[in-house]
Amino acid sequence: MRTTTKLALGTALALGLGATTAMAGTVKIAFIDPLSGPFATTGTNGLAEFKYAADQFVNSKGGVLGGDKFQIVPFDNKISPKESLIQLQVAIDQGIRFIAQGNSSGVANALTDAIKKHNRRNPNDRVLFLNYSAVDPALTNAKCNFWHFRFDANADIKMDALTDVIKANKKLKRTYLIGQDYSFGKAVAAAAVRDISAKIPDMKIVGNELHPIGRVKDFTPYARKIVASGADDVITGNWGSDMVGLGKAVIDAGFKGPIYTYYAAATGITRTFGAAGKNIIRLVQEGNYNPPASKAVDQYVSGFKAKYPNKDITQARIANVIRMLKAAMEKAGTDTDVVKIAYAMEGMQMDNFWGGKLLMRAKDHQMIQDVYITVHTDEGITHPLDNSKYGLRTEKVIKMAGLNSPTTCKMKRP
Amino acid sequence: MDMVLVNLIDGLVTGLLLFMLSSGLTLIFSMMGVLNFAHASFYMLGAYFAYQISTYVGFWPGLFIAPVLVGLIGAMIERYGLRRVHQYGHVPELIFTFGLALLMEEVVQFFWGKNQLPYESPKILDFTLFSIAGNAIPAYKMFIIFAAMGIFLALLYVLTKTRIGLIIQAALRHPRTVEALGHNVPFVFMGVFGVGTGLAGLAGVIAGPELGTFPGMAALLGSIVFVTIVIGGLGSLWGALLASLLIGWITTFAVAYNVAFADILEALGLSRPADLASSAWRDLWTLTMPQIGPILPYLLMIIVLVFRPYGLFGKRDL
Amino acid sequence: MTDRAEHPAARRRYGGLTLGAVAPWVIGALLLAVMPYVFASNSAITIMNQMAITIVFALSYNMLLGQGGMLSFGHAVYMGVGGFGAMHVMNWMEQGVIALPLPVLPLIAGLFGLGFAAAIGIFSTRRAGTVFAMISLGIGELVASSSVIVVAFFGGEEGVSGDRTYGLPVFGHDFGSQTEIYYLIAGWLLISALLMYLFSRTPVGRMANAVRDNPERAEFLGYSARWVRYYSFCASGFFAGIAGGLFAVNYEILTAENLDLNTSGTILLITFLGGTGFFFGPIIGAIVFTLLQTVLSLHTDLWQLYVGALFVLTVMFFPGGLAGVIMMHVPPWRYGKVRALIRPYLAAVLPAAVGLLGLASFLEVLFHLRNAARGEEGMTLLWVHFSSHDPLVWGVIIVVTVAAFWLARRNAPALRAAWDFANTPPGADEARP
Repeated sequence: MRTTTKLALGTALALGLGATTAMAGTVKIAFIDPLSGPFATTGTNGLAEFKYAADQFVNSKGGVLGGDKFQIVPFDNKISPKESLIQLQVAIDQGIRFIAQGNSSGVANALTDAIKKHNRRNPNDRVLFLNYSAVDPALTNAKCNFWHFRFDANADIKMDALTDVIKANKKLKRTYLIGQDYSFGKAVAAAAVRDISAKIPDMKIVGNELHPIGRVKDFTPYARKIVASGADDVITGNWGSDMVGLGKAVIDAGFKGPIYTYYAAATGITRTFGAAGKNIIRLVQEGNYNPPASKAVDQYVSGFKAKYPNKDITQARIANVIRMLKAAMEKAGTDTDVVKIAYAMEGMQMDNFWGGKLLMRAKDHQMIQDVYITVHTDEGITHPLDNSKYGLRTEKVIKMAGLNSPTTCKMKRP
Repeated sequence: MDMVLVNLIDGLVTGLLLFMLSSGLTLIFSMMGVLNFAHASFYMLGAYFAYQISTYVGFWPGLFIAPVLVGLIGAMIERYGLRRVHQYGHVPELIFTFGLALLMEEVVQFFWGKNQLPYESPKILDFTLFSIAGNAIPAYKMFIIFAAMGIFLALLYVLTKTRIGLIIQAALRHPRTVEALGHNVPFVFMGVFGVGTGLAGLAGVIAGPELGTFPGMAALLGSIVFVTIVIGGLGSLWGALLASLLIGWITTFAVAYNVAFADILEALGLSRPADLASSAWRDLWTLTMPQIGPILPYLLMIIVLVFRPYGLFGKRDL
Repeated sequence: MTDRAEHPAARRRYGGLTLGAVAPWVIGALLLAVMPYVFASNSAITIMNQMAITIVFALSYNMLLGQGGMLSFGHAVYMGVGGFGAMHVMNWMEQGVIALPLPVLPLIAGLFGLGFAAAIGIFSTRRAGTVFAMISLGIGELVASSSVIVVAFFGGEEGVSGDRTYGLPVFGHDFGSQTEIYYLIAGWLLISALLMYLFSRTPVGRMANAVRDNPERAEFLGYSARWVRYYSFCASGFFAGIAGGLFAVNYEILTAENLDLNTSGTILLITFLGGTGFFFGPIIGAIVFTLLQTVLSLHTDLWQLYVGALFVLTVMFFPGGLAGVIMMHVPPWRYGKVRALIRPYLAAVLPAAVGLLGLASFLEVLFHLRNAARGEEGMTLLWVHFSSHDPLVWGVIIVVTVAAFWLARRNAPALRAAWDFANTPPGADEARP
């Protein structure tokens, strides 16, 4: 098959799928994420961050291995697992060996499975999966494989960091857990129950609830239960309109305590919460820039905003994906042999662009990095989000979070 | 007991918002015999127009301008789109409105982007009216209740007490005869379609700040509106009102109480499997009412359709 | 919406196999056999697999909509149930619970689809029309929601995945490569399409048409409209299940996406776009839509807007779909008057197409202007590179678009006249008063 790959593609497909030859001197990275449909904002924002990071860290610095440039090639997966698998095949046919994806753990699960099978069945054109955002713990536990690298802190690590902060706040005695009824929402709830009962014995979990994902029109009844339960704080993994709906309803119902979230910022969310969410909404994330850790960070964020006025740096780890990939290529001495690059990336240590250190843990390919607890506010914000006055200010940093966290991964190496 | 009262109020708000949509839809349905799949899209359009107006002149002018604009667009679509498709039969009509819903979502995203918009309730209503057991009832919710009640009474008055209402009612039942009496029935159809979609737009203006203004808002509410009018019975304003309230309360109370199915199963004399994780029935044992709350209306609709296809208050078949 | 699927050459019913009846199937089979040599890349084969799966699904949908007059908003459910069933069987094959060759898996999936349709159809096919449509919507919503609740069967949001290579080998093939899967799917496509075609020729299939057009008269003939609908519904569920099985074989994963209302809506869109009045309509729809979805989406973020507009325009102006447009040309062809249409087509349809392209270009440039990064003003459209901030570009696009539409409008009456002429049987012009 492979020898015939470059044979004539007929009219429509040839026009559509473009050239199949990989240009020498270019490292292509396929960006497979939603670029149309309801989740397109997150997708296009991530794409801009990837392009910007590739320009800043590689292309404007003379490329990798003596001048090879990074090129980000976008593929629209419409957040559908099926479409992702088709686009993966198209990307591989175009000679692309690096697949970046992040939105939706469901898609990541499908992709990691497909890539594992593809690499086993086609040893001559293996690919690497750079998971920059999907945080389902299973991806680095039961479903881990040699080709998958996760650059975000997974849901368990983030929860570990979050419960440290909750434990330190003696005023919080009663916690309410609420999330979307699917794998990630359940993972967050399970991690919260486990960590709270292990670390904060006198904390009471007054509610542990799942709601249908993307189907709740009005969160008011949920908010009523939260207020009635006498909760001091709320933990939720909700994202998108489910996050805004829940947050607004809870605040409207008169809740005053902290709402700890994973994804309640940017893409319109910060602007929508505005003053109502001030000092209430908190985020756990793997990088922050209010205040910026260094001058380089400050310039990087400002530069991005100048280039993309309607977008924000929302996924700090993307900078690290590009930096670590470049470093691994230099260490391996190749930008085409993915097995060597993967071995180089395993266990790799380097400085984190956003401050602190980075470690790509070898046993499960989980990035270990500082985790930040941030608060939605308009005070002390250098770089606000959504072109509003509001942004996220760092409240607490957990150094190298989850360094010794357990994993069930049994990595099989080629 | 306090929580029951709070939930009653919340369910009333949800139900009345639903009613603003279903009242227009049920009129359109009974007249043209076609379910307007795009009805919720007009609701979305109302919210977006009102947001745009509110960025210039504030909330209150938008409350009146946006529904009128939406109604005019609706009338135009009836005149130049639906009327054309009408000749092909009911199924193409339904498919036309289905396509329209898809198209309108894309158009809205083209102009306003895909993010949630910061469309907010007016400052003057931005306070807590009263609290019940720590649960705040915002003044805006009360405003929704009164606005919806006003619309219901106005509709009821127009339909039963005015000459126009009589013509509409007659046109619903016997369009040919009404035409023979010299009334312009196509014009009446266009007018009713415009008013119906305008009402949906008004619902959007009012619900936008409460439920969020984002491109998925139409799809989120879309099918539940049909469910409402099917349950209520076609062409019946009272049916639409009661079904809306019923659904508002069902979905609110289903969420409010954590009824676990395990309790029900045990009450039925079944015993919990010892090894739950590997049991094929594990999902049934861990199911709770809030998980299935939002799909209860669909279940209700299927039951109604199977046993009473003309709905609770309808007089004729679908 | 009468059934005009038969070519005049094949009109000798039940009269044995004529060349005209067999030829399309032989050509189709040959085409399927050589396609992987023409489009050899893995991605092209993956896209063709997707097309074939969509064709089976769309044909099964048209058994309801086109042949039976039943509008369903929840057809994805039957494909999904079949697919999930197949995935579980595939996993049993991997665990060694049962040993089966992979090619029989779609049949098992079909039985899952059939079983589920048989259960639901009992009450949903009692009525046609809006009642059926609303029940299908309700069932669709219920099953889609339960996909995240009934984790044991549907696997939650991440779905059920497996590995197809553990079946019994067939002549030494383990179905690891995409090409092997292609031939498996192509074989099933041919079999199911043929069976569905033959079904439409059976008494039940014929009665489905009658029930669609006039249920009362069908009842007077002694057929129960309800049971005729029920049999069509079950058959449709069976073939939807086969499509699900093919999906499982090709992608080795099924997720909640396979059940949701979007998938159901899309298949309605595909079928209608292709044309519900002809057997081959859904096939065209599936091919065109898959190309739009996988190829157009690589080039523009606005593809869904175009698809939506295309759909609405199709319903408004060509309710027979693409197949209807093609079949409209059969009478002129038979009268030997097609040549009279060429010139008016060039004069009216070509400018209209240019105008539509111009309108799309306008949207693209506007979209780029509003969304592009600072300092990245250049964009490429139709192989031309230019800056979206250049007033000249805007001027050119607007002038070309307006001129093209004006030209199309001016030449439309001539086209209409030519069309009427071409559709008049030779000699009939004088006979009419």
